[in-house]
Amino acid sequence: MRDIDLEALLPKLGEALLQTLQMITLSFVIAGVVGVLLGILLYATRPGNLLENRLVFGALNALINVIRPIPFIIIIIALIPVTRALLGTSIGTTAAVPALALVASVAIARIAESNLVAVDPGTVEAGAAMGASPARVLFTIVIPESLGPLTLGLTYIFVALVDATAVAGLVGAGGLGSLALTYGYQRFDWFVMIAVIVTLIVLVQLAQVAGNRVARAVQHQR
Amino acid sequence: MTTAITIEHVSKSFTAGGQRVTALDDVSLSIDRGEIFGIVGYSGAGKSTLLRTINALERPTAGRVVVDGVEVSALGGRALHRQRQRIGMIFQRFNLLQSRTVFQNVAYPLRVAGASKDEIVDRVDELLRFVGLSERALEHPSRLSGGQQQRVGIARALANRPDVLLSDEATSALDPQTTSEVLELLRRVNREYGVTIALVTHEMEVVRELADRVAVMQQGTVVEHGAVYDVFSRPSHPTTRRFVSSVLHHLPDAEALDRIRRVHRGRIVQIHVENRESNDPFLSRIARQHDVDYNVVYGGVSELQSRLFGTLTVELLGNDLDVDRAIAGIATSAAIIELPPSAEQATSAAEELIHA
Repeated sequence: MRDIDLEALLPKLGEALLQTLQMITLSFVIAGVVGVLLGILLYATRPGNLLENRLVFGALNALINVIRPIPFIIIIIALIPVTRALLGTSIGTTAAVPALALVASVAIARIAESNLVAVDPGTVEAGAAMGASPARVLFTIVIPESLGPLTLGLTYIFVALVDATAVAGLVGAGGLGSLALTYGYQRFDWFVMIAVIVTLIVLVQLAQVAGNRVARAVQHQR
Repeated sequence: MTTAITIEHVSKSFTAGGQRVTALDDVSLSIDRGEIFGIVGYSGAGKSTLLRTINALERPTAGRVVVDGVEVSALGGRALHRQRQRIGMIFQRFNLLQSRTVFQNVAYPLRVAGASKDEIVDRVDELLRFVGLSERALEHPSRLSGGQQQRVGIARALANRPDVLLSDEATSALDPQTTSEVLELLRRVNREYGVTIALVTHEMEVVRELADRVAVMQQGTVVEHGAVYDVFSRPSHPTTRRFVSSVLHHLPDAEALDRIRRVHRGRIVQIHVENRESNDPFLSRIARQHDVDYNVVYGGVSELQSRLFGTLTVELLGNDLDVDRAIAGIATSAAIIELPPSAEQATSAAEELIHA
């Protein structure tokens, strides 16, 4: 039985948590902006909608369908040349961000699109009947009405990113996942493993609670 | 009286699943300024499609729709958006914006029309007072009951002072008590603001309570239309008759007549009473005169737009010759028909009576 060395663990845990948070926050912010914009573009170019365009819709649709089924571990490796060109390095915490942002973007694009499509068509019709232009209906009715479920979708992606950062640890990104792998798995240090798991659970719980609150606030429903 | 809405030879067809579907088939109607016009029909009759051509949410494939002198069916872009701001619309499921407060919902069309902040605040205040929801201004629609939500819908539809209000099954999702409150509010909208109302419903009760005139639709065509009193008192199309009998129970059906016959063995007549101005008690006068007794065995008299109409089913008792004379006597005061002994013959005779 090894001694449980809390004093040695805590700084390591803190550093790993910081790295994880850094990766998640950066990629989440980038993917949030890119993904939501892509989702709106997908919605608007759908047949029958404001910017109806088969070509744009078809291309975007295909692109997303190509990226989504690829396992993250393959994406992060396949993206190494891009990352190197972009950041000058392919290892370290920030090096994981392009791959994380890419997978999160396409996932968010899909979620945003389906939430926009799910907005009650009655409200869209009411907007048209009140003389609002299609663009106005999109920005002042469809998007605001979709924000509640969209927030929950974003929360889901945030949690999925926590999961993905563990894989990013493989390419030297650091973070909680890598800590658990190196100490827990390779050195059989179960205490570190459990500490990491507890930290992850707390992180996910906090994210979910916050997401639920925001969703309720924008949805105004009980 | 001037015309507010003219629908001229409007047809609408579309392709669904490779099949040509005709939703509207050469419909022509005109709706007068200031009236409440009901469009009634079963689901799929095309009544909502017709209503939606008035604000061009539906485009006719043929024909034209003119509202206040503007050919709506030919408008597009900005001109159409501006025209729609002058036509209010309310919906079965209210279609309020859940992400906005009651105040913001009513303010929405004013913002679209480019009203100033001060104008918006004043107008929304006024409208919420009109529909009795001033205290709920800052709440979200999900906190309101169905009837309250529809009142918000009405306030929102009136925001830009429209000349025309379109109502698409506005009370169909509401309970009877709430329905009559909303109908009362619509009546006030019509009387106090002079708004022309075109309403679509499958409930004949709504037409009876509210409408001045009514059109009955079936399979994309108008099968009958006219003043509500005329249509209710003398429905001519079978669909109209079915709708009328859903709210008025003046005539016994075959089963009821069978039951009546089992008890009442005398000769049975039906008398159609309509808008009687004279106070001549013709029934008892004639009965006395010809030494005939009578027994009212079924019937109903209703008031519509302050005019009475109805049908009484009456058993006449006496010798045949006297009864013959009594029937001839009543015929000088009211439409009367004698029911033949068998039930099927009797119901078709009753329909004839109404059109006599």
